[in-house]
Amino acid sequence: MSGFKQSSGASLKIIGGRLLDGHESETSNSALLVRNGRIAATGDEALKAEADQTLDADGCVITPGFVDLCCNLREPGNGQKGNIASETRAAARGGYTTVCASPETSPVNDSRAVTHLILDGAATSSPIRVLPVGAVTRGLEGEMLSDMAGLAAAGCVAVGNGSRGVRSARILRRCMAYAQTFGLTVMFRPENQSLAADGYAHDGLVTARLGLLGIPEVAETASVMEMLLLAEETGVRLHLSQLSCGRSVEMIADARRRGIAVTADVAMHQLVFTEDALAGFDSRFHLRPPLRSEADRKALLAGVREGVIDAIVSQHLPHDSAAKQAPLPATEPGLSSVESVLSLGLLLVKRGELKLTELVRGLTSGPASVIGRTATISHDEIADLCVFDPEACWTPDCQSLISAGLHAPILDQALTGTVRLTLVDGQEAWASS
Amino acid sequence: MIANATSPNHLQLTRDGQLRHFLTLDGLGRELLTDILDTADSFIEVGERRIKKVPLLRGRTVVNLFFESSTRTRSTFELAAKRLSADVLNLDINTSATSKGESLSDTLLNLEAMASDMFVVRHAQSGAPHFIAESVTPGVAIINAGDGRHAHPTQAMLDMLTIRQHKGTFEGLKVAIVGDVLHSRVARSQIRALNELGAEQIRVIAPGTLLPSDVESLGCTVEYDMARGMKDLDVVIMLRLQKERMEGALLPSEREFYRLYGLSQEKLALAHPECIVMHPGPINRGVEIESAVADGPQSVILNQVTNGIAIRMAVMSMAMGGQVAERQQKLTELTERGLA
Repeated sequence: MSGFKQSSGASLKIIGGRLLDGHESETSNSALLVRNGRIAATGDEALKAEADQTLDADGCVITPGFVDLCCNLREPGNGQKGNIASETRAAARGGYTTVCASPETSPVNDSRAVTHLILDGAATSSPIRVLPVGAVTRGLEGEMLSDMAGLAAAGCVAVGNGSRGVRSARILRRCMAYAQTFGLTVMFRPENQSLAADGYAHDGLVTARLGLLGIPEVAETASVMEMLLLAEETGVRLHLSQLSCGRSVEMIADARRRGIAVTADVAMHQLVFTEDALAGFDSRFHLRPPLRSEADRKALLAGVREGVIDAIVSQHLPHDSAAKQAPLPATEPGLSSVESVLSLGLLLVKRGELKLTELVRGLTSGPASVIGRTATISHDEIADLCVFDPEACWTPDCQSLISAGLHAPILDQALTGTVRLTLVDGQEAWASS
Repeated sequence: MIANATSPNHLQLTRDGQLRHFLTLDGLGRELLTDILDTADSFIEVGERRIKKVPLLRGRTVVNLFFESSTRTRSTFELAAKRLSADVLNLDINTSATSKGESLSDTLLNLEAMASDMFVVRHAQSGAPHFIAESVTPGVAIINAGDGRHAHPTQAMLDMLTIRQHKGTFEGLKVAIVGDVLHSRVARSQIRALNELGAEQIRVIAPGTLLPSDVESLGCTVEYDMARGMKDLDVVIMLRLQKERMEGALLPSEREFYRLYGLSQEKLALAHPECIVMHPGPINRGVEIESAVADGPQSVILNQVTNGIAIRMAVMSMAMGGQVAERQQKLTELTERGLA
């Protein structure tokens, strides 16, 4: 399949497999014709059409390309941990066609110049779409407003706080009121910093036993409540990102019933792992927010199934190996996850914890709608597609991972689910050999 | 479940269930703990000889790697290693390499180059000995001499030895641990050991601010009222209170703490008349414990120190034995496959 990079006039026909676009239940695919960056024909019409190349997708699932609302590309400023070229290629391998780049770069993406830098970098070295998220405050320091309107004009799809809290409720309220003026979505990771303090693990059974410093659940839930009330008052479109607590899901569902414009996401690893992952001091699972209890994991899954949580994100955060080579409390938080999200999701499907349609919705149409986009497979739509084989095995290991970060959630163990082809604008962004 | 965390026991036990590192009491069964106590008993006699040495670690190099300062623990480890005839190197890392910005991994590489056989590690961060055990070359035994708030397994075992000497058995014992459980690696290891060895009741007595969340999950009951908690006790273990706890708004004052949770003769009288009083040291007289109690007939605090040497000798010789046995086994396997 490799080499589908020819002139824009070239066409590709995908025959067989199952079509799933996150909106409806799956249908079997007779054929899809991709030409000029768009889906030129479907069904019998596509089957009959002539094409330059043909992909037999028998046994595969064809979905819109995945959309990631929370991804760290590390450029500019953290070249030792990753760069736009390495991380977007890793994302393409994971089935992603669009990633929202976290504002937490160095310098922070709080100005048009940095936004342009990211977009220029993506234009030259990314096979997929990169949509920057701007910083909501200058330097993400939580004190002065950033030039939000300017950031939006430069190409930011939203403004957010990355992984840093906004300490003052007064500033938070002003951030929301200002963003609302321009119809911007604010993406916040809810965390009350004074309650989280120096913690780095879920305050619960494992921290009690291992003597780790805990982050209590209330560090998130108190912040979710505060943000919901402020969103209600300011009328801003609020997106709560990287949830970890079951109680947060309840509060969001309740807020929606009251008509508050709030959406939410959860990282895939929060749906698969719990605090137990830290039992052997495994620094890969030093995460922020931390992995919490089994009850939280179940409630988050229910949130995805019921649509209270709109999107599943990778929360991809690559590091150099030194950042993870130390006693757990001294390591940096984050997983290199973007290549494993699909396989972890399929594991949930296999266990009966999530339906394939719910998984695909969480990876495609759910996140797309948060940033005001669509993700469908229909005639004349832009051909951002992912074709994956849900049964094919692969083993993530230090040699095979593309990301500069080698701390993947599963290492040296077989996983199922590989992406055969990722198309962006009808062009090949990834094809398995 | 795809749990990929290495359990501590893959790390600290050989395939035959022998110790090769000593990182935590988690996952160590009653038989092994009793084995440690029995071995320590046999070493107590060594300390009473005129020539206090056995040749078990002759020719071995033991490095005391103390990333956090300590007088008592380090000196008993040093004495234990010397009584086992090992060569001992003491390194206070908090004042040397790491303050120059060297990472723990780099420090370890340098120490390994000195071809040592055992690292005795104390570190301010929970899990540091575990990390070191995962990172060092095979064949080097790691002994945890206290890591963060996680574990202090040799301290807990010397406490168990002291209890066994005075009470004979753990069955039916009612034990209380009083004070700052939240920050205490000693308490975590003691609770684990007491549960495994069959104590009847383990109570923790402290205000809510000095207890970890879900502390009951460790296998103990919580008592806020010391007078109630002292009832029928066979053993009371007092924990050290660090002065800085007042600054973090965990406690109002030493005075109030002493009044509510300090061990006075009056409160001790509420326990069983033969209740023994323990403290891992160093003690804060008039903060955790009244002098008359610390120096009184029910106090076994100084026995604890003596037992510390025997326990450390036991653990060091057992871990080295496990390493040697493992190496032997690997060699045999290689020979059988004709590869040696």
